[in-house]
Amino acid sequence: MSILSTRKAEKIDSLAEGGTSLAMDALRRTFRSPVAILGLVIVGLFVILAIISPFIAPKDPYRPYPELKAELTPSNIPGPMPGFLLGSDQNGYDFFSRLLVGAQQTLFVGVFATLIGVAIGMIIGGLAGAFGGWVDSVLMRLTDIMLSVPSLLLAISIAALLPGSQWTVIIAVAMIGVPVFARLLRGAMIAQRSSDHVLAATALGVKRKTIVFRHMLPNSIGPVIVQATLTLATAIIDAAALSFLGLGDSDWRRAEWGLMLGNAQELLSVKPSLAFFPAIAIIVVALGFTLLGESMRESLDPKNRR
Amino acid sequence: MTDETVTTTGAPGTDAVDTDAGAETVGAETVGADVAGGDVAGGEVAGTSAADDGAAGEDDVLVTVEGIEVHFPIKRGIVLERTAGYVYAVDGIDLTIRRGETYGLVGESGCGKTTLGRGLLRLVEPTGGRVVFDGTDVSTLKGEALRTSRRRMQMIFQDPLSSLDPRQSVESILVEGMRAHGLDKGKQSTRARLVELLDSVGLPESALHKYPHEFSGGQRQRIGIARALAVEPDLIVADEPVSALDVSVQAQVLNLLEQLQQRLGLTYLVIAHDLAVVRHISDRIGVMYLGSLVEEASSDSMYAEPMHPYTKALLSAVPVPDPTVEDDREQILLTGDLPSPAHPPTGCRFHTRCPWKQDTLCDTDRPELRDIGGGHRVACHYAEDIRAGEIGRHEVEPELVHPDT
Amino acid sequence: MALLDVRDLGVVFKRKGTRPFTAVDGVSFSVEPGQTVGLVGESGSGKSVTSLALMGLLPKRGAEISGSVTFEDTELLTLSDKQLRDRRGRDLGMVFQDPLSSLNPVITIGLQITEVLERHRGMSRKEARVEAAELLDRVGLPDPQRRLDEYPHQHSGGMRQRVLIAIALACRPKLLIADEPTTALDVTIQAQILSLLSDLVSETDTALIMITHDLGIVAGLCDNVNVMYGGRIVERAARHDLFERSRHPYTHGLLQSIPRLNAPRGEPLTPIRGSVSDNIEWEQGCAFAPRCPNATDVCWSEPPELKADDGRMLRCHNPVALGDAVTEGAL
Repeated sequence: MSILSTRKAEKIDSLAEGGTSLAMDALRRTFRSPVAILGLVIVGLFVILAIISPFIAPKDPYRPYPELKAELTPSNIPGPMPGFLLGSDQNGYDFFSRLLVGAQQTLFVGVFATLIGVAIGMIIGGLAGAFGGWVDSVLMRLTDIMLSVPSLLLAISIAALLPGSQWTVIIAVAMIGVPVFARLLRGAMIAQRSSDHVLAATALGVKRKTIVFRHMLPNSIGPVIVQATLTLATAIIDAAALSFLGLGDSDWRRAEWGLMLGNAQELLSVKPSLAFFPAIAIIVVALGFTLLGESMRESLDPKNRR
Repeated sequence: MTDETVTTTGAPGTDAVDTDAGAETVGAETVGADVAGGDVAGGEVAGTSAADDGAAGEDDVLVTVEGIEVHFPIKRGIVLERTAGYVYAVDGIDLTIRRGETYGLVGESGCGKTTLGRGLLRLVEPTGGRVVFDGTDVSTLKGEALRTSRRRMQMIFQDPLSSLDPRQSVESILVEGMRAHGLDKGKQSTRARLVELLDSVGLPESALHKYPHEFSGGQRQRIGIARALAVEPDLIVADEPVSALDVSVQAQVLNLLEQLQQRLGLTYLVIAHDLAVVRHISDRIGVMYLGSLVEEASSDSMYAEPMHPYTKALLSAVPVPDPTVEDDREQILLTGDLPSPAHPPTGCRFHTRCPWKQDTLCDTDRPELRDIGGGHRVACHYAEDIRAGEIGRHEVEPELVHPDT
Repeated sequence: MALLDVRDLGVVFKRKGTRPFTAVDGVSFSVEPGQTVGLVGESGSGKSVTSLALMGLLPKRGAEISGSVTFEDTELLTLSDKQLRDRRGRDLGMVFQDPLSSLNPVITIGLQITEVLERHRGMSRKEARVEAAELLDRVGLPDPQRRLDEYPHQHSGGMRQRVLIAIALACRPKLLIADEPTTALDVTIQAQILSLLSDLVSETDTALIMITHDLGIVAGLCDNVNVMYGGRIVERAARHDLFERSRHPYTHGLLQSIPRLNAPRGEPLTPIRGSVSDNIEWEQGCAFAPRCPNATDVCWSEPPELKADDGRMLRCHNPVALGDAVTEGAL
């Protein structure tokens, strides 16, 4: 067989492969970077912990233990003792178990706050981007107003208005994200609207609805997903901040890191670890989501392709 | 197919090579072979279209554009927007495109050629004038009627990558238009149609499941062409169809366009800044300057005897890859820049840069496009005098144009 | 004695996690004082990387440069950054494709020119301003005094390119490198800039390296033309020889595939098949072989050398026969 035909065969082989979509490609690129892998590992561990923590927690996190209660005084909270790895919290509960189970509640708050924010934001941004004109103007002025209030202040106002419950925290934190997602999606969709391929679809006679849902929206969603990942990190921190300010969940028994951190603030001199461990947990998880989001952003950026 | 190729290239050892290069290049090859596959064929094309030119009657007209205007408002203010002025992108153009011909629209950036093409397809809303397509006034169509009317008028874009949705596979790109117009009648027939489409633009069937980013520039443009063809249009507006492609690939796409026109009887409106490309592909050429048509003539006549001073300058500015031609070329260098289309000059829009500008008429009266014989239309008050050599060229003081005003 | 002598220039891009990519390989050419040399090629031909390497503008990390670039007895590739900057300002001028991004948007045009004059020609602020206005006048900017206090965004692309040329000429360089200087401009503006460049070159005896993809520009401007493909020079000839008797199948194919203004309507084009990405590695054979109508087994197995052939340099096993080429060139 001549060199020519071997080379020819190689060439044809290389043509036969392919068929990878951009999303697949981006995903593959994302997980080439060690930063992304670190982010993914942290987030993965967190999610796994959130799921299995009720089953692996050594003690019941929602019940006081007499052994701990016995030594509990306003000026002394028991430290580690046999059976209780990190000792007691201020109410005589097993601190370690609460810390583990806290992952679940924290994830719950973070995920729902983000999801609600994304959902409302996408509806506003999507409408503004798809219709343009006065719909756009009205909706964008609305988000401008929301954006003009400092985010935490916005959450505090909402939290103060509603009765203190876990859902109050979720909604308050979600509202912080709404204008961000709305603007992001609207901007991306406006860019899409004047893009060549949308123009091409219009010229082709594709229905307006189809263009919005099949071309504009899917091509605009990338940055929203990235932002959502990043927002998960801030949502967890914001929820913690609300709890810290006493505007959080009124159910003090609930094991949630932000709440635990908030309730521990008066006990810093008595047992600093009560604040320290939830704080570290929040920071690490937030870091994980941030790393993941940032590397996704980087790989979605067309400038960084290949 | 293989035989044909060998005979055209005619070099030793080609038989081995041309079966090579795989699916990717075979398409390109075929196209080259078909057009080059005998100068006879090429000659015939030119011959027939020239004959059509002369015999063109009223019913041969596919598109009539009457006084089309696209004025973009310039908005100022943040909360209360007000219109501070207009960009006169297209400012009153009449033209007709005959069935089966290629009309080339040439001009420099900012002359409004792209806007004219889009206005004609109602991709931007014209602010005035009429477009009649095959007897129907499309400028008044609305909603569903407008959408269905789009089937017969398609578009090819300059940037083949950005005009394809990156998330769609080639199959979904091609099916989309068919679905929008109810042309996909069954799995079997659609599939056959897709393969036929790909084949006609010289791409292998395996391309169906790939995504735009996996192709080279020339191949992407082929996909764009196939997308336009999928809905069986009569008119294709090609906006800079080759300017984003590598020089060596441009010819493949130009040849493909010509071959498709021959086979499917398509009518083209080719918009380009490259005069050589327009000259090569068009039967008739219109030259645009600042939103209006300054000259219109058959391709050969435009090249042989440009009448409008701007056309003369444009033609003389195109570099020709032939040192002998370059050495004795008489260049008409224009001074200054294109004036802003938001503040077009009074009278003839070219008078600020025209080396033949006269003291009367030019800066006061806007010249109409008028026929000066043989279908050669020109919008210049002094075209005849310039042709007769009675008016000489003079120096022009450049006026500085600020782009943001 | 050549003004600039490039010997065996090679540029390999290395990035972690990807295969090293040879952008330029074994490029040799020289430029005599006052001469205009063309570097022609399509995207990926390595022409722009060559120019960046000449100017020392490639990133230190990631790009491995080999060979030698001698400018008036100085080896440019081994100069320190500071020495190179000094040299670049004084003896080497450059003009890029995108005049807007090459100019600092927040500094007046006047200051951008006087800066260079003060630094490299040791002029006082006042002298520099007078000289700057003269330079702007020379490159054809109307009302140069006023232009000095304006900002780049206040000007059109053509005017900005003139400003850039004025800056490049500020130090009366011996060599001007122009990388696609007119690609972003319209034809009539392109004609203005090209005629300006060719006037300046002949008036001041500046040597010019013109890097472009447009064969038409080269045909009118350059004494000598290098055609690049896949990072190597494949043909070098005097301008008339190249266009009238192109021997390399790539050059020949390019010339046959471009529509010409002076060819009648309907004249068929003969495209080069495939696309620029259909290369094979030069180590395996001739990079152009997959697209070449003349390719034989030897082209797929043995890399051709750049050899003198009939008054030109040619890198090809099966060049276009002379007879064919003459008829084509006569068009």
